[in-house]
Amino acid sequence: MRFVSKKQTIRAIDAEAGVALLPTDPEDMWHANNLIAIDDVIRAPAVRKVTQTSSTGSTISERVHTDLTIKVKSTSFDPAASTLQVLGTVIVENSFVAVGQHHTLDLELDRPFTIWKSFGWDSVALQQLQEALNGDNEDAVVAVVMQDGLANICLISEFRTVVKQRVEVVIPKKRSTAKEMASGMTSFYEKTLAELLNAVDFTNPRTLLLAGPGFYAQDFRTFMQSEGARREDKRLQRVAREAVVVHASTGEVNSLNQVLKSPQVQATMLDKRFARETVLMDKIEAMVRANNGRAWYGASPVEKAVQEGAVGKGGGILLVNNAFFRSLDIPTRKRYVALVDKVKQDGGEAKILSSDHASGKRLDCLGGIAAILTYPMHDLDDDDDDEGGDDNGEMGAGFEF
Amino acid sequence: MSRHRDIRNLDYQDVLNDYDADDYEDEYDLSPEDAAKLKQATAEVRAALGTEVSKVTDKQIEDEVWDNFYDVDKSVTKLVSKYIAPASRAPKSTPQKVSTAGKKTAGPTTKKKASSSLDDVANDVKELKIDNTPLPKSKNIDVLSAYAATIKKKTASFVVIGHVDAGKSTMMGRLLLDLGVVDQRTVEKLRKEAEIMGKKSFALAWLLDKEGNERARGVTIDIATNRFETETTNFTILDAPGHRDFIPNMIAGASQADFAILVVDASTNAFESGLRGQTKEHAWLIRSMGVSRVIVAVNKLDTVNWSQERFDEIMHQISGLLSTAQFHAKNITYVPVSGLHGDNMVHKSKDAAASWYTGRTLLEELENSEPLNRALTKPLRMTVSEVYRTRQSPVTVSGRIDSGFLQMGDALMVQPGAEKCYVKSLLVNEEPADWAVAGQNAVLHLSHINPNYLGPGHIICDPAKPISCVDTFTVKVLAFISLVPQGVDVHRGRLFASGTIVSFTAILDKVTGAVKKKKPQSVDVGEIVTVKIRLKRKEPLERGQRVVLRWEGKTLAAGILV
Repeated sequence: MRFVSKKQTIRAIDAEAGVALLPTDPEDMWHANNLIAIDDVIRAPAVRKVTQTSSTGSTISERVHTDLTIKVKSTSFDPAASTLQVLGTVIVENSFVAVGQHHTLDLELDRPFTIWKSFGWDSVALQQLQEALNGDNEDAVVAVVMQDGLANICLISEFRTVVKQRVEVVIPKKRSTAKEMASGMTSFYEKTLAELLNAVDFTNPRTLLLAGPGFYAQDFRTFMQSEGARREDKRLQRVAREAVVVHASTGEVNSLNQVLKSPQVQATMLDKRFARETVLMDKIEAMVRANNGRAWYGASPVEKAVQEGAVGKGGGILLVNNAFFRSLDIPTRKRYVALVDKVKQDGGEAKILSSDHASGKRLDCLGGIAAILTYPMHDLDDDDDDEGGDDNGEMGAGFEF
Repeated sequence: MSRHRDIRNLDYQDVLNDYDADDYEDEYDLSPEDAAKLKQATAEVRAALGTEVSKVTDKQIEDEVWDNFYDVDKSVTKLVSKYIAPASRAPKSTPQKVSTAGKKTAGPTTKKKASSSLDDVANDVKELKIDNTPLPKSKNIDVLSAYAATIKKKTASFVVIGHVDAGKSTMMGRLLLDLGVVDQRTVEKLRKEAEIMGKKSFALAWLLDKEGNERARGVTIDIATNRFETETTNFTILDAPGHRDFIPNMIAGASQADFAILVVDASTNAFESGLRGQTKEHAWLIRSMGVSRVIVAVNKLDTVNWSQERFDEIMHQISGLLSTAQFHAKNITYVPVSGLHGDNMVHKSKDAAASWYTGRTLLEELENSEPLNRALTKPLRMTVSEVYRTRQSPVTVSGRIDSGFLQMGDALMVQPGAEKCYVKSLLVNEEPADWAVAGQNAVLHLSHINPNYLGPGHIICDPAKPISCVDTFTVKVLAFISLVPQGVDVHRGRLFASGTIVSFTAILDKVTGAVKKKKPQSVDVGEIVTVKIRLKRKEPLERGQRVVLRWEGKTLAAGILV
């Protein structure tokens, strides 16, 4: 993403004039989705079907290209195709549409759009914009997590993880003859390889991670090598040779956590954001487990801790999921932006995690917000205990096996 | 062009008639292949007919098999309808179908050509395709009383667990060999093969580890199911993999077991590393899955010259481990064995150094173990462990009946999906049977269902009392490691579903069950806690089932659905 005007800088944003942005990469659509909040105003080129009624009563409908300005009601983002649709009501009339009519804008690559933030550019919005502008189009890492009969082909980019393809094949179990099982595995590898080559472009060298329990990933790599030799495909041979095999306990997507934590990946990709975020999540989970009052999760305890100034200088970290900001209404959003600002002001670190990464999914489990405190605080969750009489009266005695 | 026309004008009927009529009629000129095929198919038909075989003669079976081109399935159906159950019902229904269908096609023709209408009808009827797979017939057996009448022997399954390379598969191979389930020749053959691969000591394990990968790498990957019989009991061996990556397969095995053999490697250092490794995790797992009886086989004791000291030391450490996993001391027994050589397995050890052990052999201990109570009267639940094709049915499933019973001809339901199916025939302990009850491992040949609706972990149940499919549920679990809200993989038998811990409802007191703390932020090791879990999609789960929660290759907790 870049500014349309070369003179525009992030510091000199004029909220009144709006910010004109040009998405250049599919990844930018994801950034735009984070940036655009409800009630913001967007102007973008649109195609609209216009029906005109002549004086005799006959109707002519035609498609016209026009610029439309709408007030956003909702957005919908397709992660696999990286397309973004913005639905809203027209607020600037032109010869084709009247004020108040609904329109769904399809934001497209290489077509500029202008955005006005309804409540000004707060620190979180500015940070998101900064990230969108930084997007150096580094190639995404390709990862295949697999077990017997299940493979997930994922693309891990700076900001998100996309499952490109899921391969499921039934492999005969042990009762069958060894030959049947072996052919079952081979057809599974064949299918996975075909899907992998279909989903990912390997023209330029890129990192391929193969992960799985036991030796499935290693076997798959051997299979790729022999296939490359058989087809006399130099590129496939190179991809197979350079692939990194990592241990993971299952073939499900969530095993990516383990993959990103593994020493092989950490060594080569430590500078990548997802690797750092995984480490951070590990740290916070470990501290919550330790239950020593140094780490809290969930909106209410974290808010209390921040208000007390406990997330500040000397190791205080606030983690918030970006989906958290996307879904909130304006007053609540302002409250959380204030939290982020407060932490920064206190000298702590405020991180906004991408909910489209494995690490963000883990933060989601913790309610989308968590914090490491500089000093221990206890009983932050006390008042929660009162709500709802709860239904665990008939839990039964003891834990009988 | 002309060649094309020739083919177009070919009269298929003529060609077919020619074949039928002349060329292959000579029965007495059976080629050796044909004879062999005939013999094999006949044997299979006999097996499929089961007890009914007495009602037909060999000649009738052979004729039927010949007529149906060795198709066992068709022959069986024909035989049953012709000779075994020539009940008035069968003929009644068939002509009805034909006549109504025949009328439809005959209608228009009668108008056109009244004179030849009869022939037309006859031809039309010939061409009609009637679905000749009738719904399987139920014998309406009172399964429970039939079961009570036939109990001659106990049936019991046991799972073999322990750290990787403790010698589980080898020990079971030895057991099968000593009991005569497999013969020495098979073992010799495997030994030769193993020798070529430089793994001579693996020959016995290869009796169970049949897959190429398992043999090449010398580890068990999936559970192997084997059977043997003693004077008092029919046993099913579930040989579980010890490697940490294949614990899901071990869970699938343990969920079918009545009791367990825990194999520990007594050789120097191996025991200690096993104790740190899977020995503990396995023990905790089987306990939380309802197994309470465990036989500890202290293996490879021959490598330390049958040292009683070593045996006592191991016994001491293991009993500590098992008591923390809440096993009662009276349910644990220890046997010093050598899986490779067979000492104290079926026969007492002849080694003088092992003479200090006067207790029972492993086999005697097995016979001395009581299987769990079977939930015979509860609604039918059968967990599918595998779906495959056989000659009898393209949709054949194997699995263990967890509760209830079923019989041939039953209409059943598969969850998730609520698909209906029928039991065409079934096998219990690899032999044809009319019914099966809880606790038995059954193979069902199903009909009227697409195999895509069935998979490992699915549940076959009674359509009148089906199991519910849920995506959010609460479990009462024992925490193996400290927990925070996080992702989890839920294992129940072969079922494997991923989801997340939504929240902890309450930490409970271990003894009284009273609520100690509501809505905790995290849970410590060893606490008992009620956890709310949300799955990505709906799975068949119900109250009282035991589940294991794992994440990233570690077992988090195990417990019961509430």
